[in-house]
Amino acid sequence: MGKLTIGCFSSLVGSMTLDFSVKLAKAAMDKGHSVDMWLSGNGTTLSKTGQRSFQDYSSLQKTVEELVAKGMTLVACEACAEARGLHKEDFMPGCGRKSMDWYLASCFHADRVIHIGGE
Amino acid sequence: MAEKKIVFMVDKLPYKGETSRLALTHAIASQTVEIHLEDDDLLVPVLVFSGKGVLNCLKNQKALETYKVTSLENHVKNALLLDLKVMYCAEDVKKFGLTEDMIVMDAADIGGDVTAEIVPFDDILGEISSATHVMYF
Repeated sequence: MGKLTIGCFSSLVGSMTLDFSVKLAKAAMDKGHSVDMWLSGNGTTLSKTGQRSFQDYSSLQKTVEELVAKGMTLVACEACAEARGLHKEDFMPGCGRKSMDWYLASCFHADRVIHIGGE
Repeated sequence: MAEKKIVFMVDKLPYKGETSRLALTHAIASQTVEIHLEDDDLLVPVLVFSGKGVLNCLKNQKALETYKVTSLENHVKNALLLDLKVMYCAEDVKKFGLTEDMIVMDAADIGGDVTAEIVPFDDILGEISSATHVMYF
């Protein structure tokens, strides 16, 4: 089985790009692949705990927590998060905080990289 | 020993969004990635500016005065200072009426040795073809 690294820079809500990324991660994991997901820029908003689900907005926290529990590595850019007021205590359980070199190393070791830049 | 090349391709405007800044900071982060790799592993970064992205490299940006943030010009210089390969798409440089003296070509003023290249898009495609991964910002 392979390793997929997904980098996503688009925001939670306001864009469906994170939804696509999470669906892709789930599909890959369901096939037995391992997945690293890197959140940077506005993408770090996915790391926030306490997301409230409304029918008019996509909701990702529950799915992401399930994927993390199954072994997905979820890491947000610490600087991007802090700049947005997302501190360590604001993160959902299981979501790491690292610097950009972690993402590059993950890409180095990945069989495939899907990098989705910001809007 | 494993050597892998990542092309960081920037085609977004500076300041309108955060994307080009993140492209530069991610490319520069390649200089510290070795702490996560095996001794013989090597990540080779190539930073490419095409389309509107070439406007990130204009000289005399006033980002600090205007927005109180580091300029993209400084980031490009830092990339050159760290010996990253930096390429500008010649067709797009020409399209925007830019010349070598209007864009950051080196970081000699801060001690850099490397010079950026203005190359035809075909050469950029060559870099992409030989890359392990492409990050399109």
